[in-house]
Amino acid sequence: MELNDLINHTSEWLKGTGPNSEIIISSRIRLARNLAKHPFSHRAKKPGQEEVLRSVEAGLADCHALKAALFLKLADLDEVDKQFLIERHLMSRDHALGDDHKGLAISDREIISVMINEEDHLRMQALQSGFNLRQAWQILDALDDELAAKVEYAFSNEWGYLTACPTNTGTGLRASVMAHLPALVMTKQINKVLQAIAKLGLTARGFYGEGTEAVGNFFQISNQVALGHSEDELIENLERIIRQVIEHEQNARDAMSRQDRMRLSDRIGRAFGTLQSAYIISSNETVDLLSSVRLGVDMDIVKDIDRSAVNELFILIQPAHLQKLEGKKLSSAERDVKRATLIRSKLIGNSHP
Amino acid sequence: MTCDVCKQGQATVHLTEIVDDQMTELHLCEECASQKGAQMESHFGLADLLAGLADFGKQLETEEVAGQKCANCALTFEDFRKVGRLGCSECYTTFHRSLATLLKRIHGSTHHLGKSPMKTATRTPKVKSELVELKRKLQEAIDVEEFETAARLRDQIRELEQNKHRKA
Ligand SMILES: [Zn+2]
Ligand SMILES: [Zn+2]
Repeated sequence: MELNDLINHTSEWLKGTGPNSEIIISSRIRLARNLAKHPFSHRAKKPGQEEVLRSVEAGLADCHALKAALFLKLADLDEVDKQFLIERHLMSRDHALGDDHKGLAISDREIISVMINEEDHLRMQALQSGFNLRQAWQILDALDDELAAKVEYAFSNEWGYLTACPTNTGTGLRASVMAHLPALVMTKQINKVLQAIAKLGLTARGFYGEGTEAVGNFFQISNQVALGHSEDELIENLERIIRQVIEHEQNARDAMSRQDRMRLSDRIGRAFGTLQSAYIISSNETVDLLSSVRLGVDMDIVKDIDRSAVNELFILIQPAHLQKLEGKKLSSAERDVKRATLIRSKLIGNSHP
Repeated sequence: MTCDVCKQGQATVHLTEIVDDQMTELHLCEECASQKGAQMESHFGLADLLAGLADFGKQLETEEVAGQKCANCALTFEDFRKVGRLGCSECYTTFHRSLATLLKRIHGSTHHLGKSPMKTATRTPKVKSELVELKRKLQEAIDVEEFETAARLRDQIRELEQNKHRKA
């Protein structure tokens, strides 16, 4: 597998399958790990970073789940490649910065990715489609077990896995889901729900868009606490609250469908129409309209287009993906044209709802 | 200025983040800032949070840690307050008492109840991967008809497997 092959495949987590996939787009588990005694990445000198990179890569290459993995060194990648990997949720924005010795391993079907020398020596994640935190945890737990036999982790019996930032100390675990909550937004209940989530010790923030303003009704909900509970407890706690969020969103969708299906259909139909007919479109507008179309698919208002195609568009319309598809650098204005062309080609042939 | 989160309290903590050359500002009241401490971390970094809540950082700097340095990576507690990141695993021993206070504040606990790499190490012993590797080499040797090598590998595998059974 090579980096440029990724764009021709749909990532596993975008398949649009799995439990509650009409509301929960994806589930993710992340583990932070470090090697004992070696200075953490930000504190390490170049030779030290290189040594960590080499030994972690060697350990990972030997692990069952990464047998067919793609191993990348960030230093070999250009800006578009890096942006491309961020857009695919395979690495963090921070990982693209600086000239440190950083690495990235990506498993078959993009289920697992491991950042080497990010804030911690190891940041591993497993992504699954739908509400499927358990499976993501099982996958990552197994990889972690395997790697623990090959490298010496920084660990204390009292405080667990020792991380660069004390907010991750303990299990080093962050579990999160990406939830699509358009009905809660439209019925103006979202703030109440987000506040309740924060009170319960979880974090919720808008997924697309910068700062506090969310675009496209996507929210990432995750645990804050990493110490004092087992991994299973942390995941169960998140699951329990997510189940309630799903119920609220479902109730709001049902209520809209009963009371105002015509207005809802109108909104979704217009969104679909705009996407099918636009010649120039920004990424914010696209995400917003695609969110409506996705709701239409989930509520059976838009037919003849499957969920995975809509999911895939969310990824493909981003700047680096457009430039990869075009095979060259594009200015912002050129991207808006390319984006509209791409969307038309993917949606045309699908009848209006 | 009112708080960006609750829209009620007086904003006294001001955080700035730069993403893609764009500056984002967030203004919070004391209560929302401390309530959302860990949330901010992912968005703004603990360093900014500590800088915003100067007292919070000062409070942690006990007599024990003032002027002390990690013997392994030379980080001082002052450094930690500035960058919000520890330097290495040994820092956790050096600044134990202050970190205990901080961890309690962040997580509400100071006892790890999750998995451990030690248990893991005994669950998946090194022997296993060594065995897999030897068996692969044996197959290779047979494939290219190097029977002397194959015989030697077979003996090694037998020995390893016997050892494993004895331990188990
Ligand atoms: Zn407030
Ligand atoms: Zn240290």
